[in-house]
Amino acid sequence: MPDPSRERISADAVAKVARLARLDVSDDEIARMTGQLAVMLEHFADIDSLDLSDVAPMTQPYPLANVLRDDVVMPSLDRDEVLTNAPATEDGRFRVPPIIGLEG
Amino acid sequence: MVSFPSSAFDIAEAVRSGSVKAAAILEDHLGRIAEREADIHAFNLVTADAARVIAARVDDVVAAGHDPGPLAGVPIALKDNMCTRGVPTTCSSRILEGWKPPYDATVVSRLAELGAVFVGKTNLDEFAMGSSTENSAFGVTLNPRDTSRVAGGSSGGSAAAVAAAFAPVSLGSDTGGSIRQPAALCGVVGVKPTYGTVSRYGLVAFASSLDQIGPFSVDVRDSALILESISGHDPLDSTSIPQGPLDLLSVLDQDVKGMRIGRITDMPEGADPDVLGRLEAAFDALRAAGATIVDVELPTLKYGITAYYLIAPAEASSNLARYDGVRYGRRVDSVDTNSMYMATRAAGFGDEVKRRIMLGTYALSAGYYDAYYGKALKVRRLISDDFARAYGKADVLLTPTSPIPAFNVGEKADDPLAMYLCDVYTIPTNLAGHPAMSVPFGDSRDGLPIGVQVMASTLGERPMFKVAAALERHMVATGGRS
Repeated sequence: MPDPSRERISADAVAKVARLARLDVSDDEIARMTGQLAVMLEHFADIDSLDLSDVAPMTQPYPLANVLRDDVVMPSLDRDEVLTNAPATEDGRFRVPPIIGLEG
Repeated sequence: MVSFPSSAFDIAEAVRSGSVKAAAILEDHLGRIAEREADIHAFNLVTADAARVIAARVDDVVAAGHDPGPLAGVPIALKDNMCTRGVPTTCSSRILEGWKPPYDATVVSRLAELGAVFVGKTNLDEFAMGSSTENSAFGVTLNPRDTSRVAGGSSGGSAAAVAAAFAPVSLGSDTGGSIRQPAALCGVVGVKPTYGTVSRYGLVAFASSLDQIGPFSVDVRDSALILESISGHDPLDSTSIPQGPLDLLSVLDQDVKGMRIGRITDMPEGADPDVLGRLEAAFDALRAAGATIVDVELPTLKYGITAYYLIAPAEASSNLARYDGVRYGRRVDSVDTNSMYMATRAAGFGDEVKRRIMLGTYALSAGYYDAYYGKALKVRRLISDDFARAYGKADVLLTPTSPIPAFNVGEKADDPLAMYLCDVYTIPTNLAGHPAMSVPFGDSRDGLPIGVQVMASTLGERPMFKVAAALERHMVATGGRS
């Protein structure tokens, strides 16, 4: 008899979410997270009893509309100072490994 | 033995008048840091040399007959998720280790203009995710009142720094209670202002519809002083409310006669009896001061945990996508960009951050969006509507800040959900965008600090501070015995 809380999320779903979130996770981590996420999702089921059919979603607390400013040129960050923080640079730009994957 | 003023308010007054040197105030605090920091670990970085330069500059301004400003010579500690130009800002994460921001957060530049002296960057739960500061990549912050216990979190370092008198005031950030809960556990004042009153430009984002910066202090007046100093519109933060700074110091002496103090009759259960006892004592104190206690109902408050722990991780999973090893911070090299992202993030993030990114990504993913994230946004509306009804009857609401006093290090480390439940009383405020603050109000039978939370409606900081000051006056008058 499987633990019903464990059915809320499967290890396969957790592995898929890890790929979506760009996180390398080991099989051990997937097993541990599956258990922990299942416990949380079980708790989160408390809102299933609420009637939300006529409720408008609330995305932010203060009713601000789009904030625009005049299109005036202002000083921006110094390129060299910004690039000193980058793991790898080349010719004043960020350097990255090949974009096209070697795998799959 | 020279005795220095201890509050930020008194320090600034003394330094401006020339009766005390900012340099002497600073050395006094650095001395305490040297003595106790190894036992507390409030800081990720103490910037003693830079602080000495600033303090000397403040003293030069005074010597030249000018005014350095209302925070002249006041030592301030900053949570290490606020950008300081050229000074490492880590968010207590390996992924940002060594990063030196190319700009200052708006709160940092405002405090600097007013004469403040920054003493260091304080420890936090990685990316402000946690309630104990145990999730830091650089070690746990311990509670100055009892070093076998946690300082709370996520702004545990900022709370501990004030509780240990390493600085009279500090700044933290509060997404679901991260200022108020550590304030309560360490026995200091902590304020989460209305969403949009303090600029978040330069605050590393966790959950953008919830995050807000606020102060820690020993007394209510110092929090009012700091909040007046950092509040007000900032064109660099498009969620900043277009209004001037808050006016708070002027309300502190006003009495609470006739104010309506709300008691939540269906408050979420589970609080420690000592905590509930101090809450009752707070109601009694305010009643004795002439306020009226009114019953209010907030039936959806108990769903706050669920709404928050779906919304905040969802926003975090999006905000933290920027840590990809390309522009700043750590990179783990690999054969192509995608595997570089995955390896970098796996090595750079700690367990709790990974857990929240996973939870948030799941709640937003195709097929689950409506069931989780969409529903949570609707529950957020219900909670906000419940608050609106309650604030029709009451000027402020009183609850415990934390259901329990400071717990032992390691006690909840293996049970994420138990840790999340520490935020049951603080979370609803963030969902609604309201202000709330924790005021120290006596101790538990074990001698651990207990905080009472004063909550108010949008931009209700003035009534909130008025009530907080009344509770503090009661504590001073009774020594916390009633």
